[in-house]
Amino acid sequence: MKKISYCEAINEALIQEMERDENVFVYGIGVPDHKRIFGSTKNLLEKFGKNRCLDTPLSEDALTGMALGAAINGLRPVLVHARIDFLLLTVNQLANMVSSYRYASAGKEKVPLVIRAIIGRGWGQSCQHSKSMQSIFAHIPGLKVVMPTTPKDVKGLLISSIRDDNPVIFLEHRWLYYAEDEVPEKSYSIPIGKANIVKPGKDLTIIATSWMVVEALRAAEVLEKQGIKVEIVDPRSLTPFDEKTITESVNKTGHCIVADFDWIHCGFSAEIAARVSNKCFKNLKTPVERIGFAFTPCPSSRPLEDCFYPNAVDLIRSVEKKLNLEKIDVSNEMFYSYERKFKGPF
Amino acid sequence: MDRLKLNTELYKSLYLIRKSEEKIRKHYFDDEMKTPVHLSVGEEAIAAGVIHALRKQDQFFGTYRSHGIYLARTGETDKFFAELHGKGSGLARGKAGSMHLCAPEQGFLGASAIVGSIIPVGIGAAFANKYTKSDKIVAVFFGDGATDEGVFWESINAACLWKLPILFVCEDNKLAVFTKDKDRQGYKSLNEIVSKFEINTFQEETTDVEKIYDIASVAIKSIKETGKPSFLILKYYRYLEHVGVNEDFDAGYRSKKEFKKWYEKDPIKIQRKKLLNLGVNELEIKKIENAIDKKIISSYKKAQKADFPDSCELEDEVFG
Repeated sequence: MKKISYCEAINEALIQEMERDENVFVYGIGVPDHKRIFGSTKNLLEKFGKNRCLDTPLSEDALTGMALGAAINGLRPVLVHARIDFLLLTVNQLANMVSSYRYASAGKEKVPLVIRAIIGRGWGQSCQHSKSMQSIFAHIPGLKVVMPTTPKDVKGLLISSIRDDNPVIFLEHRWLYYAEDEVPEKSYSIPIGKANIVKPGKDLTIIATSWMVVEALRAAEVLEKQGIKVEIVDPRSLTPFDEKTITESVNKTGHCIVADFDWIHCGFSAEIAARVSNKCFKNLKTPVERIGFAFTPCPSSRPLEDCFYPNAVDLIRSVEKKLNLEKIDVSNEMFYSYERKFKGPF
Repeated sequence: MDRLKLNTELYKSLYLIRKSEEKIRKHYFDDEMKTPVHLSVGEEAIAAGVIHALRKQDQFFGTYRSHGIYLARTGETDKFFAELHGKGSGLARGKAGSMHLCAPEQGFLGASAIVGSIIPVGIGAAFANKYTKSDKIVAVFFGDGATDEGVFWESINAACLWKLPILFVCEDNKLAVFTKDKDRQGYKSLNEIVSKFEINTFQEETTDVEKIYDIASVAIKSIKETGKPSFLILKYYRYLEHVGVNEDFDAGYRSKKEFKKWYEKDPIKIQRKKLLNLGVNELEIKKIENAIDKKIISSYKKAQKADFPDSCELEDEVFG
C-alpha cells in the first residue's frame, strides 16, 4: 500500500468526495491561494474550478452562517480555517444557529456541513495561533467533533464527515500534517464515534487525543523496554463519544491516564475522567490522572513553550507513579523535537 | 394577477396576521402559550406585501418577529397555534416556539432570535441556488437593529461580491428593542451607505400593502435584470412592546402621539377601505373576515386540546 502524509490524505479525501458528489464545495480564507492551506487543498481549484473551490472575504462569522444556509438548501459545504483561533469568531453561528437548526425544525432541515480547523503549535505561535478548544465544541449538543491522528484515520473520517447529515467540527493538528502512513488509495470511510485502540497493552490505559497519541506511542516504546505494556486508545471523535471501548480498556488495565491536547481545567479530559470513574470505579487501582497544557495562555519563547506542552516524558513519569516503578533513565532516548520537521513560520 | 384579486389576497393576509396576533394578545395571560412572542402588529403590510411579491418557489428567512411572514406564506393556523402552545401537533412538534418558525416545504427556511444571525444563512441559501443554477431567489428579513451587527456588513459584502440572487428586507422601526436609531448609528442614511455596494437599493415609507408589493416586485425583478442583490428598506411603526403583548407608551421612550399618527394609516384599515373603493361590498369583506375569524378560533381550540409531545421526544433530532 502507498505511504502518504496526513496532509495528502486530507487532500485525497477532498478530491474523492468532490468527484463523487458535485454538491460538495470547499471554501474559506486562502483555500485556493498558492499555499493551499499547507497543501491540503492542492489541485482543487484546477480540478473543480472556482465555483467549487472558493476564496472568501475575511468574514468568518458570515462564512459559517453561509455554510448553514447552503447545507439546508442541498449543498455539502466544507469550510476551512487555517487556525482554530480564527474559528472562534464564529462561535455564535456554531452555538446558536448551526447546532440547533435541525432540532428546532423537528428534523425538517438537515445540516450536512464540515468545518475543518487546524491546531497550530511551535515556532512561537503564541497565544492566538495555538489553541485546540475541542471541549468547547464538544460541549454543544448538535455538533459532532472529530479529531483524527493518523493519515489513515484522517482520510476515512473526513470522508465520513462530508457524507454525514450533521455539522462536523474537524480538528487537524498542524504537526500531524507530516505524519506518514499506509493509506488506501481508493475512497473509504471510517465511522464517526468509534475509538481506536492504537496499541494494545495490559498494564495501564492512556487515552490520548490528537498529537498526544504521538507522545503516548513514544512513551509506550520506552516503557516497553521495562516490560510495561501500555494500552493507547484514541477516541478519534469527542461527539459522538465511544465510552464502551474506553471503559472496557480501563476495566482491563485498572489504571487510566488521560492525555488530552488541550487545557486540563474544564477540558475533555475531565469528561473522560468522570465517565471512567463512573463506569470503572470498582476496577480502578489508582485515581484517573490527567495530562494537558499548563493553565496559561500559550507563550512564544521555546523554553516556555516546552513547559507549556506535555510530552512523552511527562507520560512516562506519570506511569512510573501509578505503577510504583523506579525512575526510568531517559537520557539516551530520542524524543520528538519539531525543528526536525516543522520550520515554521506558520 | 388583476388588481382586485391581488388586493383581496393581500387583505386576507393582513387580516389573518392581525387577527391571529389579537388572539394571542387575548389569551397570552392564560399562560397556555409559554413562549416569548414578538408581535408584528403595525408591520403586517411588509410581511404580506413582500411575501406575496415573491414567487411560490422563492425562499425566505425571518427573525424572532416572524408570525407575519409565516402566516402570509402558508395561510395556515393549526400548526402555528399548536407550536405556540408547545404541542406535539405544532409546526416543529413544540421544539421551536414562536421564535424559530419554519416551513421549509413552503420556502420558509427558518428564523433566528439572535439579531442579525439569520442574514448569512440567507446568503448561504442564495449561494446554493446560484450553485445549482436554480431560478429561486431568497429574501432575508431583518430589523434595523441587525444593521448594527458586524455580520450584516459581512453578509452584504459577500452577497455583492458573489452576485447572489438575494433580496435583503430591512424592516425599519427605528428601534433596537427600545434603543432609538440616533443612539446607535454613526451615520445618517443606511440606504446611502448600502448603495455604495454593488447592489440595487430601494426604500419606502408606507403602510399601503399594495405599494410595498409593488416596490418589492421591482426589487425582485432587478435581481434578475442586473445580476446583483437587491436591498429594500421599509419603514414601519411597532405598535406594541418589543416582546410581549402590551402597549408600552407609558415607558417613556416614545409617545402615544406618534402611534396615533401611524394608526391613522393603519395597514389593515387602509386596505379594507381600498377594497371598498375597488368595488368589493361590505358583505363580501365581512364574509372574508368571518371565514378567517372562524379558522383562527378553530385552530386555537385544536391547539388547546392537542397533546404535548411525549417526553421521549426530547432527544429526537439533535442529530439525524
